[in-house]
Amino acid sequence: MANATTTTTQTRIGTAPPPHLNYLTENNTLKAWLTTVDHKRLGLMYLGAVMSFFFIAGALALLLRLELLTPKQDFMDSATYNKVFTLHGAIMVFLFIIPSVPAALGNFVLPLMLGAKDVAFPRLNLASFYVYCTGAVMALAAIILGGVDTGWTFYTPYSTTTDGPVGLMAMAVFVLGFSSIFTGINFVATVHKLRAPGMGWFQLPLFVWGIYATALIQVLATPVLGITAVLMVMERAFHIGIFDARLGGDPVLFQHFFWFYSHPAVYIMILPGMAIISEIIPAFSKKTMFGYRAIAFSSVSIAFIGFLVWGHHMFTSGQSDLASAIFAFLTYLVAIPSGIKIWNWLATMYQGSIDMRTPMLYAMSFLILFAIGGLTGLYLGAISVDIHLHDTYFVVAHFHYVMMGGTVIAFIGGIHYWWPKMFGKMYNERLASIACWIVFIGFNVTFLNQFMMGSQGMPRRYWTYLPEFQKYHIGSTIGSWILGFGLVMAAGVLLASLRKKEYDAGDNPWGSRTMEWETISPPITHNFEGQPVLRHGPYDFRVEPTPATVAGGRHSG
Amino acid sequence: MSQHTHDSHSSPSGHHLHGGPKVYATVLAILLALTLITIGASKVDFGSPSANVVIALIIATIKATIVALWFMHLKYDKPINGMIFASTLFFLALFFAYPYIDANSRTDVKPSNWKGPAYMPDSGSAVRGIGANFPVRPLPPPPGSKPAEHGAEKH
Amino acid sequence: MSSQVITADHEAHAHGHDPNLQHHFAEMEQQFECSKIGMWLFLATEVLLFGGLFVGYGLMQGQHSEAFKSAHHHLDWRLGALNTIVLLISSFTMVMAVWSAQTSNQKALVRNLALTIGCACTFMVVKFFEYSHKYHEGLLPGAFYSYTGPHQNAEFVFFSFYFMMTGLHGIHVTAGIVVLTYLLIQARKGAYNSSYFTPIDLTGLYWHLVDLIWIYLFPLFYLIS
Repeated sequence: MANATTTTTQTRIGTAPPPHLNYLTENNTLKAWLTTVDHKRLGLMYLGAVMSFFFIAGALALLLRLELLTPKQDFMDSATYNKVFTLHGAIMVFLFIIPSVPAALGNFVLPLMLGAKDVAFPRLNLASFYVYCTGAVMALAAIILGGVDTGWTFYTPYSTTTDGPVGLMAMAVFVLGFSSIFTGINFVATVHKLRAPGMGWFQLPLFVWGIYATALIQVLATPVLGITAVLMVMERAFHIGIFDARLGGDPVLFQHFFWFYSHPAVYIMILPGMAIISEIIPAFSKKTMFGYRAIAFSSVSIAFIGFLVWGHHMFTSGQSDLASAIFAFLTYLVAIPSGIKIWNWLATMYQGSIDMRTPMLYAMSFLILFAIGGLTGLYLGAISVDIHLHDTYFVVAHFHYVMMGGTVIAFIGGIHYWWPKMFGKMYNERLASIACWIVFIGFNVTFLNQFMMGSQGMPRRYWTYLPEFQKYHIGSTIGSWILGFGLVMAAGVLLASLRKKEYDAGDNPWGSRTMEWETISPPITHNFEGQPVLRHGPYDFRVEPTPATVAGGRHSG
Repeated sequence: MSQHTHDSHSSPSGHHLHGGPKVYATVLAILLALTLITIGASKVDFGSPSANVVIALIIATIKATIVALWFMHLKYDKPINGMIFASTLFFLALFFAYPYIDANSRTDVKPSNWKGPAYMPDSGSAVRGIGANFPVRPLPPPPGSKPAEHGAEKH
Repeated sequence: MSSQVITADHEAHAHGHDPNLQHHFAEMEQQFECSKIGMWLFLATEVLLFGGLFVGYGLMQGQHSEAFKSAHHHLDWRLGALNTIVLLISSFTMVMAVWSAQTSNQKALVRNLALTIGCACTFMVVKFFEYSHKYHEGLLPGAFYSYTGPHQNAEFVFFSFYFMMTGLHGIHVTAGIVVLTYLLIQARKGAYNSSYFTPIDLTGLYWHLVDLIWIYLFPLFYLIS
């Protein structure tokens, strides 16, 4: 219906139109928000929740790093230290990073990208959010009741014999697992059945492929986490004899159960981050994605192979050598699809017209940091090397590079990318990019130090250490302050943009070709007028972007 | 308004209805028969103890397949539903296989200072389960305390 | 304002759409197939949830095969067989309920739902008798195991798993009874017919899964010798 024009690719800053009725302003009572089934509102509520937990757990990390400035006790005794790192891990994993991209950005963007009016099961979506809140309350209760010091991995026999609200925390994890399962079910069904006419599987944006692969993992892996939590609680309460060696059980079996979920879980964490990068790079290189099918299939391959490798967390656990060897071999397989993605992203950028605004800065940070994180994972995947590096700071640095340097950086980049769509308001580009640099520098200072001390033997989860490691700890702590400052600044820049009165961002400030940009910013409650039809590929920069068509809105034809 | 010729009905899918009382009753009869066979087979000694387990599981799988194909309509549905179910079973098999391989190959390669597993499978002595003379090697004493006569099991 | 804001009620009158069509679906068939995919995905999670317990049981059985063999003699295979037959019949009545809805036969639908509920309750009653017997004998999970007759020392592990797995299964049966009762009430009000029977179909899938799990539980607990 719209003719290709040249005007709509320009941002509309300076020609701010009057506010229109949209998903934020229509039916704006508290009750409406609390009972909403609108995926966009739920996405925002999730965003607020996960970011709150991110900053809480981040503050805990800053406390940890502060204590580690000296090998002696500074302000935390060792028992408290154990609780603080457990909570940092548990909150970050279960309350922040697992839900983050799928539930916050995925919820908002997925139906828009597919040209749908909502996800497949909107009421299930609302249920998922309330289940998340319930799990969060249970976890907070466990913290208030004295906290848990088992490490976020809850290994037996310690977790089944120690005092404290471990059972409550385990049940909180069980509940949070269901929130994740509901989201996964919703997204798989949505991608199968709610695509716009003309949008086959290979016309999907790569963000959808990544979220879809993630949702498959969420559905298949999370129930095992649930049963693991149940079994741990049963062992604690009733001594059923499955994980306790004195009763004829096997403590290593707990680790099999735990990591069967938790290794695919790390792919739940990274695949959506990669999915965001697959959106940002073509848009900011003004070039079609190189190797679309390779990236699409690599997402699904990572999801599949990710189920085969969990024992690489258990090389030193007492697991048999045969099992370790099988796991190590398969671990090297899973690195291949990730590598394929990196090469394809780079090839996409090559000879593109690079737009260096903030989302692209985060994407490029991702490429560097995820490459480092992924490559160091290869060291850990070799049994003979892992014997020395297991449970050292090398591991800590590795997973922070992939989870934080990877997923969190991509998440923040994605928030910046879709911010104008979500709110219709543009943030201050200059300050946002400065914040990105601060985050990048702070992150590297924090965690490069940890690679170095880890490879020299500094163990993880230790409250004290030998004097030769102190210089690394000091460096890492200073880095944490820079990193924290950068993150707070990034959040501040984004939130400050909301104080504007007018929608100045325009419908498609980046000139992207995916369907969510074909509606106004912020979108109307029902996303589109009528049913949009696919007109061009998601990264087809030979055509002009399709303008938003909202009758009675700011645009016509 | 039920008809005997169900082909004339349309469902939301626009497809002809599949199944029907005759088909389902036949399926039920087969399932009941297989149940009787399962019970009968469990009474027969097939030689090795694991043979009974395997046979019981095979018959159970046949019953499960029948339920899935006819009662759960997988035979008539689009393939996606069956693919979801099949892949679930695949990952479940994976989940079992790895720890099984692990548990059964723990003692394949013994270091020279190997002292044996931390637990002993039950050796048939008729004692109570918890807290009693369970034939397990005593736990080492906690560091800093005097070594006890028997590793004290406290519950 | 978008014309899509019209509610389902208006649509039913003004546009002839089925009142059960949700606004983000284009047609009933799409909604139905989507619901089925969603249900199968949920069943996948249930299979993996129970599957974890089966894996644990299988591995523990490998470690304690003698104890498990002797422990199962405490279970009455006839009650297990009765429960198996009861559940198989309930699966039949459930699929007949779906058929009744598909053919808009409200009376048969109500009857079949009631029969399914009846079978389910029978199952739970038999279970209650089994559990009471175990309680009196002291054959309880883990820490509560107080059986004083002759037994192998790892039999309590068997009973830990017996209670966990049949207990979790029983919880699912009970949840099924609740949902089926709700469907029965709605069916009597005429809520389901050949153009909309999705809740019956989806509950049927859930119910068959509950039956499937029991099909595996029965031989593994009652018949291994």
